[in-house]
Amino acid sequence: MGIEKFLFYFFAAILLVAATLVITVRNPVRAALSLVLAFFASAALWMLLEAEFLALVLVLVYVGAVMVLFLFVVMMIDIDLAQVKEGFSRMLPAGIAVAVGLVVVMAVVVGPEHFGLEGFGEVPRHGADYNNTRELGMALFTTFVYPFELAALILLVAIVAAIALTLRRRPGTRHQNPAEQVAVNAAERVRVVKMAAEPRDDAPVPTAEPGESKEEPR
Amino acid sequence: MKLAKALKSLFLIELLRGMRLTGKRLFSPKVTVQYPDEKTPQSHRFRGLHAQRRYANGEERCIACKLCEVVCPALAITIEAEPREDGSRRTTRYEIDLFKCIYCGFCEESCPVDSIVETRHFEFCMENNSERVIDKQRLLEMGDRFEAQIAADRALDRPYR
Amino acid sequence: MIELAYTVTAWMPGWMQAIAIILMKISLLMMPLLLGVAYLTFAERKIIGYMQVRVGPNRVGPRGWLQPIADSLKLMFKEIVIPSSANRFLFLLSPLLAFAPALAAWAVIPFDDHLVIADINAGLLYVLAITSLGVYGIILAGWASNSKYAFLGAIRSGAQMVSYEIAMGFALVGVIMAAGSLNLGQIVQAQATGLGLFSWFWLPLLPLFVIYFISGVAETNRAPFDVAEGESEIVAGFHVDYSGMAFAVFFLAEYANMILIAALASLLFLGGWLSPFDGLPVLGPLFDWVPGIVWMLAKMSFFLLLFLWLRATFPRYRYDQIMRLGWKVFIPLTLVWIMVTGVLVVGEVGPWFGHGEG
Repeated sequence: MGIEKFLFYFFAAILLVAATLVITVRNPVRAALSLVLAFFASAALWMLLEAEFLALVLVLVYVGAVMVLFLFVVMMIDIDLAQVKEGFSRMLPAGIAVAVGLVVVMAVVVGPEHFGLEGFGEVPRHGADYNNTRELGMALFTTFVYPFELAALILLVAIVAAIALTLRRRPGTRHQNPAEQVAVNAAERVRVVKMAAEPRDDAPVPTAEPGESKEEPR
Repeated sequence: MKLAKALKSLFLIELLRGMRLTGKRLFSPKVTVQYPDEKTPQSHRFRGLHAQRRYANGEERCIACKLCEVVCPALAITIEAEPREDGSRRTTRYEIDLFKCIYCGFCEESCPVDSIVETRHFEFCMENNSERVIDKQRLLEMGDRFEAQIAADRALDRPYR
Repeated sequence: MIELAYTVTAWMPGWMQAIAIILMKISLLMMPLLLGVAYLTFAERKIIGYMQVRVGPNRVGPRGWLQPIADSLKLMFKEIVIPSSANRFLFLLSPLLAFAPALAAWAVIPFDDHLVIADINAGLLYVLAITSLGVYGIILAGWASNSKYAFLGAIRSGAQMVSYEIAMGFALVGVIMAAGSLNLGQIVQAQATGLGLFSWFWLPLLPLFVIYFISGVAETNRAPFDVAEGESEIVAGFHVDYSGMAFAVFFLAEYANMILIAALASLLFLGGWLSPFDGLPVLGPLFDWVPGIVWMLAKMSFFLLLFLWLRATFPRYRYDQIMRLGWKVFIPLTLVWIMVTGVLVVGEVGPWFGHGEG
């Protein structure tokens, strides 16, 4: 068994175990972490396919950003597991049926007839100076430039829509404007006024008490 | 005006000015006092650990008038007293709880015979909780140890009393 | 150096030799790095002390030079307290999750021409991906401690790191466009256009340079962006409940990340191991004998000094102001400058973009 094959089976095993843990483990935070591990293992598998750009982007985007937000949500909500599990046995037959159906459909569609090793043959091996990133860029910006730009446009619209949804002024709320707060400086907030000192009318006249020594302290 | 402000904040002018200040301080002489090796000057009115004084003939000054016990705002002083064999009024117990004491110096001011005083000694520590209460014997020992300085400080402060 | 390693390990079978060489390289990097972390803490206390007109630690050893050793010994022998209501497994796992990425990212950092553990061609992306994992250690530490303060710190830190990663990524996009490569070694080579320090990317990409460094300060949760710790508001943030070695590992991770950001900033914007006088008339030949690693370390030290300088100078940002700075100032600025960089690259302007395309 070559080292590459060993690595493949190693990461594939991690991927399968982690993916199983995602749906079986009770603690939702642990489930999210298992998903992180699954992403990581699949990134390693892509790395074995010499798709280092995709592998790193998978880690960067899904592990580094998306799953962090997932974890946020999972940590904040207090899931009542008993309530979630209610009716588990009642729904089990239907669930199993759906699962079996899915497996069958997937086996038919992505089975060996369509995606088997025979259909594709040996993956071409490249030298150490092969740059997957450059190849990917070439493909994206020449052959697939229109689909790529379209996808970018759709994402842009989604961003604008998401921002527009949250961009509303609720009347009656008190809120700070950090931009204004940052912009002020001391001269605008405090005015120092110079005034001449005035004597108080009812000020007591200081008198020296008898017997008190006025000697200077050493 | 607004544009000038925006430019000022864009080029981090004020932040850089702040950094220039701290950058200059990096090289300025340091004000730290290297404590056990160097010490800051002390006033002769410094209020540190307590002591009880004696007269020159070795007789303790305290007459158990309990004025200090009364005036103590922190209730740190405990006094018990009864007549000695020679008939003079003396304390049988005089204790100060150093954890309660706030070192205000009222006991010293209230004392009619200048017996209880606060010395300049402040570097004291203890390893057991029970040691925080100092008794009459320790107080007198402190007085014997620092009598010269105590007397000098009192003489120096006399004109202002 | 490397030949010596090969002759020493010549008796091993091939695969074992490869592993032994890699382990040797890793330990050669790790030892100075951990020593650097230890003495960075000392430098921090000394420099901040000096800026505050104090002298800083000076009791342990001559002029305080043994202070980091004493600190680490103390932390090693302290008890690791595990709160009774904490999630034990995650509580102990999260320091490692914070520490491992901080070290793993060093694999692709070159210190001199080809002086690097793994010279991979997506090196910059690798660093970005690996450092984005550091946030897990912090978030999980906050959650696993089962304490309000720790959780608040974790949330603040998570949101902050995710936000500033975007600005940082955009700043790096500018560098990638200018250099035309994701490989850190090639990025440095692209800055060697023979004008000394004026041929580096800090000049044409000045806004990205500043934004990158500030985002780096925010990424590492350092003052003035240390709301995740915020000792005056939430005690110590995510590591309130950590003690002994578990705390020390967080500490090591934070400082290793600082050094990493400093190394990246010098590689991407200050020409890495290139001499600042390279190609200048008189000074160039005068400084030719200085090895590249010296320049690299000098540049890293400059950025580390800047880290400490910032901490000594500025008060802590408020949380909503941090978010405003990240989303409403840095991201638009970087986007604008990416456009400008695009124009400069296409127009092959100046000495920086006149070559190296294709």
